[in-house]
Amino acid sequence: MIYFDNVSKLYNGGRSAAIEEVTFQIDPKEFVSIVGHSGAGKSTLLKMIIAEDRPTSGQVFFESLDIHKIPRTRLPHYRRKIGTVFQDFKLLPHKTAYENIAFAMEANGRTDEEIAENVPQALALVDLSDKAWNFPGELSGGEKQRVAIARAIVNQPDIIIADEPTGNLDPIATYEVVQILRKINDLGTTVVMTTHNKGVIDELGRRVITMDGGRIMRDDQNGKYVL
Amino acid sequence: MVTSLRRIFKAGFVGFWRNAYVSLASIFVITVALFVIGSTMLIDQLLGASLAQLQAKVDINVYFVPSAPQEEIDTLINSVKALPDVERVTYTSRDDALAEYRAKNQNDSVAMQALDELRENPLGATIAVQAKETSQYENINRYLEEQKNPIIDEINYTKNKESIGKLSSIIGAVEQASFVALMVLIMASVLITFNTIRLAIFTAKEEISVMRLVGASNMYIRGPFMLQGVMYGVVSGVIALAILYPIVLWLGPKTAEFFEINIFDYFVNNFAYIFLVLVGIGVTLGLVSSVLAITRYLRV
Repeated sequence: MIYFDNVSKLYNGGRSAAIEEVTFQIDPKEFVSIVGHSGAGKSTLLKMIIAEDRPTSGQVFFESLDIHKIPRTRLPHYRRKIGTVFQDFKLLPHKTAYENIAFAMEANGRTDEEIAENVPQALALVDLSDKAWNFPGELSGGEKQRVAIARAIVNQPDIIIADEPTGNLDPIATYEVVQILRKINDLGTTVVMTTHNKGVIDELGRRVITMDGGRIMRDDQNGKYVL
Repeated sequence: MVTSLRRIFKAGFVGFWRNAYVSLASIFVITVALFVIGSTMLIDQLLGASLAQLQAKVDINVYFVPSAPQEEIDTLINSVKALPDVERVTYTSRDDALAEYRAKNQNDSVAMQALDELRENPLGATIAVQAKETSQYENINRYLEEQKNPIIDEINYTKNKESIGKLSSIIGAVEQASFVALMVLIMASVLITFNTIRLAIFTAKEEISVMRLVGASNMYIRGPFMLQGVMYGVVSGVIALAILYPIVLWLGPKTAEFFEINIFDYFVNNFAYIFLVLVGIGVTLGLVSSVLAITRYLRV
């Protein structure tokens, strides 16, 4: 589904590298965790998948599509296949939980009927039906991240990209968020997540890619957090 | 498509109200710019009108000797009228000239007495010749002088010419200066408007980045901001006109006295034109500023 072919990203005219000669593949319906110290290149990998960052050399494919050859005008269309979740939630503060999720559907040009049908479903999936009309400021960190996940999945993307989704959360909220991501993965959506959290990785028992200094050090199908 | 348009419009209106402070600042700046442009249009109109009047006042006065026979005067008038450059010839008879003189000097007892003492009318008849174009006076003047007609006492073209030329050049200089001032002000207001709207869009940076993340098309992101720019322009245009209205209402009679054109009448009669110009400039200003500013945040 996602294929990195010998991808490098260099800075300062080639003197420093964010990632170096990275090659790996993500299959449909996988749940992949990418771990590593800060600066190991985890976020750069994710940015390349959503076409926010381009490689200095090598290619990144989404199915048979070379991501960095997509014309600018087609990028929004491509991004609709991907749901994104961030450490800092990126919710719009002046919109309620419901409106934040509906906003993602509106931007995709979905009809009002679809919105009225799908937003409550997404809220139910993240177990926040009772907080639909609360503003982000009235929600806890874990609840905000669940709204962000609902927003990411509401357009039924092929893949969810989660960059440190539990980075700002307490252990209980972390557990809830990971459970939701696992549920989404069980329903058939590919999930790629970066994390620092050893407990999360060990609990998941799924594929783990370990990065260090921009290179892939380990790639285990039933990984543990080893650094 | 229709749904998208409706959403863009809704987002535009909501953004307009929600960022009331920034909207107000943008509207204020554009209003000032439009007010200056509108004022300049009106001032230009006044200057143009007074220049036209001055030009209308240019004429050649031909004074006849008092003893000139009426038939010869008529012959000369007809020959002048036949010239292709001549617009109009106004004849003042000896009696009319006397009556005019009496009316003008009725409080001057010495002049009246002197006039009574003279049994005969000392004044000659005159004609005033107006050309179609200012530049044609030279020709008419030459024609009259070449006649060497004994009934002509004096032709006073050269006297008027100098003072009128001076006035024309003053008005021309004022018009040029006002044009330069206008250009500088327009440039300043474009820059300020651009910056103000950029500020408005900067406050929405977060929203724009989220929209991009969820796959909103560029047009969908840009639309509401462009609409806001247009709204700023329309509202500013209307406000600028609303400010100009009482000013010209107040200035109307004064300008009628001084420039012989009532600026209020001009404003009312050409309202559609002034409205279109001001609102058009305002909309362009707002729209261009919005597009320039938003383009900065849409780079992928």
